[in-house]
Amino acid sequence: MIDSDVHNELPKLKTLLPYLGEQWQVYLNESAFVGSGANDYPINAPVAAREGARPESGPPGSNIDLLRTHVFDDMGANLAILNCGFRPGAVHNQDLAADLATAVNNWQIDEWLEKDERFRASILVSNQNPVRAAAEIDRLGSHPGFVQVVLPVQGDAPYGNLRYDPLFEAATRHDLAILIAFGGAPGLPPTATGWPSTYVEEYVDAGAIFQSQVNSLIFEGAFDRHPGLRVVLSESGWTWMPSLMWRMDKEWKGLRRDTPWVKQPPSAYMREHIRLTTAPTDRPGPDRAHELSEIIDYLGSDRMLLYASDYPHWHGEDPSAWMSDLPADLRERITHSNAAEFYKLTVTA
Amino acid sequence: MSTVTTASPEVQEQDSQRGSRNTDYSLIDCDIHNAIQSPETIRKYLPSRWRSHHETYGVRSYTGSYYPRAVPNAARHDSWPPSGLPPGGDLEFMQHQLLDEWGFEYGILNCLAGGGGRNLDFAAALATAVNEWQIAEWLEPEPRLRASLIVPFEDGDLAAKEVDRLGEHPGFVQVLFVARTSEPMGRRKYWPIYEAACRNGIAVGIHFGGAGGHPITGSGWPSHYVEDHGGMPQAFQPQVTSLVMEGTFERFPELKVVLIEGGFAWLPPLMWRLDRSWELMREEVPEVKRPPSEYIREHIWTTTQPVEEPERPEHFHELLRQMDMDDHLMFATDYPHWDFDAPTSAFPRDMDKDLRDSILAGNARNLYGLP
Repeated sequence: MIDSDVHNELPKLKTLLPYLGEQWQVYLNESAFVGSGANDYPINAPVAAREGARPESGPPGSNIDLLRTHVFDDMGANLAILNCGFRPGAVHNQDLAADLATAVNNWQIDEWLEKDERFRASILVSNQNPVRAAAEIDRLGSHPGFVQVVLPVQGDAPYGNLRYDPLFEAATRHDLAILIAFGGAPGLPPTATGWPSTYVEEYVDAGAIFQSQVNSLIFEGAFDRHPGLRVVLSESGWTWMPSLMWRMDKEWKGLRRDTPWVKQPPSAYMREHIRLTTAPTDRPGPDRAHELSEIIDYLGSDRMLLYASDYPHWHGEDPSAWMSDLPADLRERITHSNAAEFYKLTVTA
Repeated sequence: MSTVTTASPEVQEQDSQRGSRNTDYSLIDCDIHNAIQSPETIRKYLPSRWRSHHETYGVRSYTGSYYPRAVPNAARHDSWPPSGLPPGGDLEFMQHQLLDEWGFEYGILNCLAGGGGRNLDFAAALATAVNEWQIAEWLEPEPRLRASLIVPFEDGDLAAKEVDRLGEHPGFVQVLFVARTSEPMGRRKYWPIYEAACRNGIAVGIHFGGAGGHPITGSGWPSHYVEDHGGMPQAFQPQVTSLVMEGTFERFPELKVVLIEGGFAWLPPLMWRLDRSWELMREEVPEVKRPPSEYIREHIWTTTQPVEEPERPEHFHELLRQMDMDDHLMFATDYPHWDFDAPTSAFPRDMDKDLRDSILAGNARNLYGLP
């Protein structure tokens, strides 16, 4: 079984000191800088950690032994895709942001990839500066431990925008996937209508931002300019995907003259290029369980879903609970083959 | 409007031969756009102080959110009236092309002018002017029409005052917002408007569009009109989230909200997502006493245009069962816009007759209290 979304977190910001140059060492020691400020998962919120996932010291996800116990021993994964939640994109100082991304990546190699061969990891980049991001991808692209580049769902422009071409060129040059993950704090409101009052709204509203990113990637031609581009959407549900397919196909029928590079219905791009992790799975109550089967049917493909625990985060139920009634061959696809094919992994069970 | 295209003589000839479609069922159109004919038209209804402002500065809104429509006025090619007035600006032509042609019993006007703008006093004056224009030039001459009340929704008190001024007028059936407000609609600045709507027994409509000063995505500005037009469901979703999670429906138990032109296939997954998230973090929103889906099914209505087009017709029926809001779906054409839905072809042909009748007329009749 492959767990396609596990978060390895920094024990503390100063963990990065040995990985930074002198200027930033002084800055971290003497300035008021305490991190990216993104705070995607408020540390004491119910979503921040499943039961038992808070180590004695450091944030959830920062203790490798505890993480391995939970992800491999308790939940039964044979391989885990790490997705560090540090957000360089929330640091307005672009030099610092790029160097922090580099530092986190080197720390991931030392403290995670070299400690356990069951880990694969995601390259952090300063997404607000795609040229610097491309340089970091080129620096690490041949390292066998990294399988993708992580972008927070909230950037400062939608990811289909032409400005990201250097980043996607680098990723596809090294045959790396792109992970779009919950969070980010670019300084723009998370909704089309401004800033909501509560965290629970931000958490729910992230689903719509993922939808916007799919709109952008397809209509702004990212998959046409980068045919090898593979994107996985993580941590904000997937059952909204069919409704997005229907809406975008309809829009394309009416307005495709404006975006002539989009040669196929958007749903065809989604099925070919986009995958979604399964934590969380937003679904109807047990009395209407058949409606989840209907949603799976609408996806029109058994290749799109990748099982994930989203460890250490907690979305209200065991991450495999929703799969109990699935046909065995589909469950096998979701828990293993889809991720193995998408990430080009060989896993011995 | 210097250049106006009209339907060719041949098309007009065909139209006159076709005449009324003679459908065998009642029809109510919940989204018709009446257009202000010209700047001079609305100035007639403005007091001199604001007439002068309108001439000198015009309406200053949130700039930088301009995505040119694929066609002028986003209008059907055949909706440009022979009179030279803009699409939706000629009552007689609208009567002929829409109301008579299809046999609509009632139509709800949603005028897309006058509610926004950054100068709130001006927005209030403009809203009043638009409403007076609607009474004089639309509601009084055409008894089949009802209208949405235009209010300066970014100022709760000024907007509530306009609701109280005209809320009893039988022609006005709801207060109109746009989907892209400056703050999420559950925020307290808007509460006086909901209080006034409930006091006057009218609904609150949220229509596609607007410019509240923020990008339409939570990740900045897209590049193309198709993303702006097709991205509107992503603007509606946080509005529903905000209205529910701020406890709006607990505070205003009589509040009825209509989502207009925002689609609805996203509602079931959003309800599932809201219910799960509320279960997990309800201590953050103690005003929310029940699962969000219960508030949605009770308090939220949605119009059907642009209708959802799943890959297979049976998916449409399944979608409606997932929503479980059969008595809250209301047909709309969006006349005179290019993505018009026709009552004869918007829904799968094998739709249950009672359900079709509810969607085409019954639900709107109940919600808006139409005779």
